[in-house]
Amino acid sequence: MTAPETTPTAIAAAIALGDDALVLSHRLGEWAGHAPVLEEEVALANIALDLLGQARVLLSLAGDEDELAYLREERAFRNVQLVEQPNGDFAHTIARQLYFSTYQRLMYGRLAAADAGDLSGLAAKAVKEVAYHQDHAEQWTLRLGDGTAESHERMQRACQALWRFTGELFQPVEGLDIDWHELEADWLTSVTALLERATLTVPDGPRSGAWSAGAGRQGLHTESFGRMLAEMQHLHRSHPGATW
Amino acid sequence: MTAVTADTQEAYQAVFDAAVAADERIEPRDWMPEAYRASLVRQIAQHAHSEIIGMQPEANWITRAPSLRRKAILMAKVQDEAGHGLYLYSAAETLGVSRDELLDKLHSGRQKYSSIFNYPTLTWADVGAIGWLVDGAAITNQVPLCRCSYGPYARAMVRVCKEESFHQRQGYEALLALSRGTPEQHAMAQDAVNRWWWPSLMMFGPPDDESAHSAQSMAWKIKRHSNDELRQRFVDICVPQAEALGLTLPDPDLRWNEERGHYDFGAIDWTEFWEVLKGNGPCNEQRISQRRRAHEEGAWVREAAAAYAAKHEQRGRREEHGQREEHDRQAEHGEATA
Repeated sequence: MTAPETTPTAIAAAIALGDDALVLSHRLGEWAGHAPVLEEEVALANIALDLLGQARVLLSLAGDEDELAYLREERAFRNVQLVEQPNGDFAHTIARQLYFSTYQRLMYGRLAAADAGDLSGLAAKAVKEVAYHQDHAEQWTLRLGDGTAESHERMQRACQALWRFTGELFQPVEGLDIDWHELEADWLTSVTALLERATLTVPDGPRSGAWSAGAGRQGLHTESFGRMLAEMQHLHRSHPGATW
Repeated sequence: MTAVTADTQEAYQAVFDAAVAADERIEPRDWMPEAYRASLVRQIAQHAHSEIIGMQPEANWITRAPSLRRKAILMAKVQDEAGHGLYLYSAAETLGVSRDELLDKLHSGRQKYSSIFNYPTLTWADVGAIGWLVDGAAITNQVPLCRCSYGPYARAMVRVCKEESFHQRQGYEALLALSRGTPEQHAMAQDAVNRWWWPSLMMFGPPDDESAHSAQSMAWKIKRHSNDELRQRFVDICVPQAEALGLTLPDPDLRWNEERGHYDFGAIDWTEFWEVLKGNGPCNEQRISQRRRAHEEGAWVREAAAAYAAKHEQRGRREEHGQREEHDRQAEHGEATA
């Protein structure tokens, strides 16, 4: 029996979702040794590992995982700009997690329920992982939003700062048969309800601009991303053809 | 409260001594000599601190790991170290100290961590060398601790050792891949082993005649073997492993001694050891600053969690109270069902 061929559109989808997971995993990896409490060292690393696992499966559907991760330049990456945003303070990281894990859970939930072709196996596994990620982000959003005056202020600022990167999450991804309008409506409902429970104000600015409306998916990234890739790729690129 | 007379004190001591002599485990609620308690707190706290500080040299390479597989292995390892720190702080807490108190002592330099983590990770191969040598030395030290007289510490060690052995094999395998890789990779592996070999031997502590706590710890069966015994055991294990790796150990005096049935090895630079211990190693300042910074910058997060928990608990109590009143009201009206 031969494995079914991966279609070009499935490859495009695997790269987009794989890049999201790869890049966010990398950002979370930067927290190692810097977390506010030991339990968060464990939790953030745990989430980073889940995402890296997803990235490896997805990129392997599209080609060689290491070639794709280490030898593409930033214009060839298809991740959304949200996941490449620097960690900032803990609130900033949690806001990014809240926005992204809610998106991933709604999306993988749909892919797991429908016949998602090549992505079915991954979706079934990922949906369980991202449920945990979302729960973690929600619990911290509640604690920070409804904690002290300082944590409330920081969480509000973080939610506001990242809001403009959330519209891009719902730009249709080629190869994924999803009702993106419905996904976006469900995301807004879920995030709004949670922010309100956390005594936070739902940000009121635009959810995308000229530069973030689908730009990451087209290979147009924000400035810090190139520096992130330089760090990630330098060793691999310094030893062409080596195995590790 | 009744005063403990000299007689009862002696009786307690006799029960404790008999338990230790019979290789029984001492448990948190058992009577124990104050010096035994203090010695265990010191050792377990230092062990926990080492796990936490030990995350730094390896985490230094997470964002630069050269393949996704190696990156996943390294992330999982650093995560396990945080977990080991958590087990060990819990074990220390059974002796009546709090994690906060111990962290405070770490941050203010009143408690130590393993001197090995004051060395820098300069290349990717250092991650492999740490796995092989540093985890290897830790396992050699820790396996006998699984039979330590204090129950909670011994049980923590069983869990820690299982995971450490796994990391050690992964480190060895990473180094093997480098050693069999390109000439540049091989050189990188050899350089890392050259830099980590002697500091790893120092992990077993000062020589037996200069070890302040050894004799007492052995009498209490906290320790089972002397520093020098364990160090010798480690050298004997490593030499054939280095050969299998195709790497050399940086010691011209290293040779098999037929008579002793052990490898002889060269003199350790104890001046360097004491300097690192005193805080003058290459990374002491950096390691402790990063730990302090993470703790200080995280203060507002911990405060938020505490404030939220307090509010939530109050709300929970109010709701519970409300439910109870409702239940009573229903009971009065015969609405509640069994």
